[in-house]
Amino acid sequence: MKRKTEALIKEHKEISEGIFSLVLETELAKEACPGQFAGVYPKDGSRILMRPISICDADESSLRMVYRVAGGGTKEISGYKSGETVEILGMLGNGYDLEALKGKRVLSLGGGIGIPPMLYLAKALKMAGIENTAVLGYADNKTFLKEEFEEQCGTYVASMDGSAGTKGTVLDAIKENGLEAEVICACGPMPMLKAVKEYAQEKGMEAYISLEERMACGVGACLGCVTKTVKKDEHTHVNNTRICVEGPVFDAKEVCI
Amino acid sequence: MKLSVNIAGVELKNPVMTASGTFGSGMEYAEMADLNRLGAIVTKGVANVAWEGNPTPRVAEVYGGMLNAIGLQNPGVDVFMERDLKFLEAYDTKVIVNVCGHTVEEYCEVVEKLNDTKVSMYEINVSCPNVKAGALAFGQDAGVLEATTKAIKAVAKKPVIMKLSPNVTSIKDMALAAEAGGADAISLINTLIGMKIDINRKKFVLANRTGGFSGPAVKPVAVRMVYEASHAVKIPVIGMGGISNAEDALEFILAGATAVSVGTANFTDPEASMKVIDGIEAYMVKYGTEDIRSLIGAVS
Ligand SMILES: Cc1cc2nc3c(=O)[nH]c(=O)nc-3n(C[C@H](O)[C@H](O)[C@H](O)COP(=O)(O)OP(=O)(O)OC[C@H]3O[C@@H](n4cnc5c(N)ncnc54)[C@H](O)[C@@H]3O)c2cc1C
Ligand SMILES: Cc1cc2nc3c(=O)[nH]c(=O)nc-3n(C[C@H](O)[C@H](O)[C@H](O)COP(=O)(O)O)c2cc1C
Ligand code: FES
Repeated sequence: MKRKTEALIKEHKEISEGIFSLVLETELAKEACPGQFAGVYPKDGSRILMRPISICDADESSLRMVYRVAGGGTKEISGYKSGETVEILGMLGNGYDLEALKGKRVLSLGGGIGIPPMLYLAKALKMAGIENTAVLGYADNKTFLKEEFEEQCGTYVASMDGSAGTKGTVLDAIKENGLEAEVICACGPMPMLKAVKEYAQEKGMEAYISLEERMACGVGACLGCVTKTVKKDEHTHVNNTRICVEGPVFDAKEVCI
Repeated sequence: MKLSVNIAGVELKNPVMTASGTFGSGMEYAEMADLNRLGAIVTKGVANVAWEGNPTPRVAEVYGGMLNAIGLQNPGVDVFMERDLKFLEAYDTKVIVNVCGHTVEEYCEVVEKLNDTKVSMYEINVSCPNVKAGALAFGQDAGVLEATTKAIKAVAKKPVIMKLSPNVTSIKDMALAAEAGGADAISLINTLIGMKIDINRKKFVLANRTGGFSGPAVKPVAVRMVYEASHAVKIPVIGMGGISNAEDALEFILAGATAVSVGTANFTDPEASMKVIDGIEAYMVKYGTEDIRSLIGAVS
């Protein structure tokens, strides 16, 4: 059941320049699945909307989120100390359909701040016995979460400046290392997702991509966060769909990005 | 202690409703908020056919509020009746359907389709700032507003609330025009037209460039407009604009609102409207107020 609830900050630290790892104790954790996100509410009253952040990991009683300080809200949140509480809205979004991935080889691609949710997915795939290889794309050699991926699955790295792993994008790393799979799961910036969609189409692979959009409600009420769809959407009855409810994970074939 | 109010013969168990476009059709919030507690639910704007709405980004946060340019995306009245209205029938609250259109004929078509349903009232959105031709024009010219109200009243079998735009020179003239056209009530304010610019990218934040400004920051403007409008007309006024707690709601009631709507605050707290109801009750206990109606317009 979705709800707004108060969560206790168990751990909060900077894991790379401007990238923070936040662990929250909350009963919402039980309901989390990979690909989903939660809204974190800033406390400053001038900021009225939640900040959507993906789940990077979860167990029975805690949620972990890894986020980048992007603007005022995340800057404020980065100052919260462990022992404090924070209000969150969750669990939001659909998440990955693990059933659909069974028996297939998966390539999970994370670009920049799209990397964190792929860690939770990597853990779930390992538990489900689904073969998975992660490819992580960074700007430079200031990598984060890389070692944690290595504990879960084969892990390759790409960096735009070539200072870590393959020089270039996650797709360059796939090509350089001759990686093959039946399915791609990807989260990252829009240019990366566009390239992934094209690549999957070319190779005849399935692709599930996680989209981002500005959100107000997070629960499907405001229609702020839509993305264009190939077919008429069952809920909206027009060619767009709500990322916060029907997404953020979509079959790349079904969305026009 | 009496919390109920009456608008055009429709008895609301309390004066608190949800503002159009901020609460879906209630369905989206039903697992988080107790819909049965609400005086009324005002649905997202619905048109005669499905509307795609505007390109994204459609929403942006601003200091103490937000901008939206959804563009009145909706599935059309037929789907709305089949799905959303059916859903709402299970709840013990009044349903007010917000109606949008590009032309008077489109408004009338929606109203006629809803005439034989259990809907309690219509709220006519003549004031959406995010739709190109139409809507706002109906709400910015007193003559057009009066004529539009008349045309809708001629076909409506349920009370008609005209929702006014704050983007006008004289809110009093607009309130009087709606009343002259036969409106059973007026509601205000819809959103103020705003703009946000991303200085790093030197781009408009919203794809639509402008968007409707709502949330706590607009409240003083809204309270002033509700005061002016309610003192100009005899029909009931539904006040909204930045209400996020009972104190805010009480300002509107004291200014002259018979009922209030909670809008953007739903995004900050899905239970905001329930907390407004609780807070109004607590206020009445504190001041020994027997009947909420004694507070309407009681400012001096
Ligand atoms: C489904 C989803 C999952 C996300 N997961 C993560 C994650 O795991 N880690 C992470 O670092 N970031 C994630 N983001 C992006 C994150 O939500 C934004 O970086 C954050 O909201 C910025 O807030 P701010 O106040 O610091 O920035 P500001 O620019 O000051 O924010 C102003 C407003 O714009 C919104 N906004 C700004 N950037 C974005 C954006 N890229 N996407 C959506 N809304 C935005 C804010 O929520 C706020 O309402 C995710 C976004 C979505 C939609
Ligand atoms: C996302 C969003 C969508 C809205 N959609 C509608 C709508 O469809 N019809 C309408 O009459 N008003 C619409 N409004 C205006 C609100 O109903 C309300 O008049 C306004 O937001 C002021 O109240 P608030 O500050 O409490 O939000 C919308 C507002 C928001 C924020
Ligand atoms: S954020 Fe409101 S519908 Fe998705």
